Amino acid sequence: MSTNRPDRVEKLATGIEGLDLIGEGGIPKGRTTLVAGTAGSAKTVLAAQFLASGIETSGESGVFVTFEESPDDIRQNMQSLGWPIVEWERAGKWVFVDGSPQPQETILAGGFDLSALMARVQHSIRKVSASRVSLDSLGAVFSQLPHASTVRWELFRLSTTLKEMGVTALMTAERSDEYGPISRHGVEEFVADNVIILRNTMDEGKRRRTMEILKFRGAMHQKGEYAFTVIPDSGIAVIPLSAIQLKQRSSNIRIHSGNDELNKMCGGGFFRDSILLVTGATGCGKTLMTTEFIRGGAERNERCLLFAFEESRDQLFRNAEGWGVDFERMEGEGRLRVICSYPETCGLEDHLIHMKKVIEEFRPNRLAVDSLSALERVGNLKAYREFVVALTSFIKHKEIAGLFTATTPTLMGGSSVTEAHISTITDSIILLRYVEIMGEMRRGLTVLKMRGSAHDKNIREFTIDATGMHIGKAFRNVSGIISGFPRQVLAGEMERLGEMFEDDPE
Amino acid sequence: MMAQATLRLFVTGGTPLSAAAVARLRELEQQLPPDYLSAEIIDVLQNPDFAEADRVLATPTLIRLSPLPMIRLVGDLESVDRLMQLLDLLQTPPQVN
Repeated sequence: MSTNRPDRVEKLATGIEGLDLIGEGGIPKGRTTLVAGTAGSAKTVLAAQFLASGIETSGESGVFVTFEESPDDIRQNMQSLGWPIVEWERAGKWVFVDGSPQPQETILAGGFDLSALMARVQHSIRKVSASRVSLDSLGAVFSQLPHASTVRWELFRLSTTLKEMGVTALMTAERSDEYGPISRHGVEEFVADNVIILRNTMDEGKRRRTMEILKFRGAMHQKGEYAFTVIPDSGIAVIPLSAIQLKQRSSNIRIHSGNDELNKMCGGGFFRDSILLVTGATGCGKTLMTTEFIRGGAERNERCLLFAFEESRDQLFRNAEGWGVDFERMEGEGRLRVICSYPETCGLEDHLIHMKKVIEEFRPNRLAVDSLSALERVGNLKAYREFVVALTSFIKHKEIAGLFTATTPTLMGGSSVTEAHISTITDSIILLRYVEIMGEMRRGLTVLKMRGSAHDKNIREFTIDATGMHIGKAFRNVSGIISGFPRQVLAGEMERLGEMFEDDPE
Repeated sequence: MMAQATLRLFVTGGTPLSAAAVARLRELEQQLPPDYLSAEIIDVLQNPDFAEADRVLATPTLIRLSPLPMIRLVGDLESVDRLMQLLDLLQTPPQVN
């Protein structure tokens, strides 16, 4: 939920994808924000990215204070994320304050303060006129100087100094449990105003990274955990699910479904920026409908993009050819792009990022995903739901027509996880079903839902041949098709039923 | 005669902790034979670059540059006896004149 109430605390747009959305504009400007996370939760990446995106997006310089890894390690590790730290250092955009442990033996002998660190940080901030500072990670200060109460007090002084200097700072700190105390050493006690938690949990055998803004004192932010992923070449990207605003326009422009009869059933075609779900058992014509949807677009000079998660490129092209559709030519003419990948190659977050990237690049008018339900097995239910919501809202926002297929687990009737989770976000649902009549398997199709339009409510029979899908007459004397228990209604019964309604007393 | 020991003390202006550490260092110099010790005092507020070069976080920090190995003492150095012991500079207590 976003409100138009002005925030008392000004925000600084970090430039980190998604974070600015869940932070409703960024992180509190001129304040210190604590980033707490367990080992391997990408704290250092976030700390570095905070500076990197400042340099890249708004030309702000930054100071990186490292207490754990040496600057050399960080320079090297961050190279894979596409940040040329050495170049930035030369250009006076990035400066390290090296607080990593040195090899000499250190003995505590009496009272001390961290004035040297403070002087160095202040000096570096002034040297490059920095507006962003990252400190990674505070726990390492406690292990270097084992006098916790002094260190805590001194770090508090440091964060006050940073505030006085008007810089926006991120401090990272370790946690021992994903759902335990905020941080070790009670760090949150002195930088308690703003806390972000990074989690790296194991869920049903799958790794899942999430980011949660625990609090921004005096400022609005989105609540709850948001999935994020670390992408090579660009770093952390947060997937702001519920932060996505439903502001896409909806149009009345119709597009051709690729099948004339289906067009009629839908009241004149699909809507241009609608999401269509096609569900059915294996082999009952979902890929065919996808193929026709693409043909319908390509024939009208629309750009079509197909993500295939079940079949290989060769299989898809051969299938299409079998229905009289030439994918090869369409691709050659630049009207089609087909991307095949195995669902298991990466996590859902990565799939989403990749798909979004391809969509941004190719700028399709139509998008088909065959099948969406193949991705069900990649993540847990929650992650899958988030993925679907994020993908659908993204393409709606881009005003792209989307056709997703979902395979039902049972041959007859049935519903899938995909149906259960995305049916409310889809604008139209088409069911493809096997119909067993007198020992023969036939195929039926019905438009279950068509938001904002009248549509044919019959269950129509269809056949498949070398020219594609042919939609025929309605099944008049069969009931129970959708539930998966087709039952033939006898002719006499039909008549009786007919009479019941037709005998309208005048 | 070459100094037997080289020390570098980082302080912050004239804070009580820093003043105490400087006083201990002066006391130590008194107790050691002349020219035995070569010590420099660096104020991190004046010379943050030096603190950067030696990666000093805390003040006062006393670094024994020689004899090797280098060691660091962090804190106001408690007492001169303790300092002497920690720095391990003389095997036998110095002669008092």
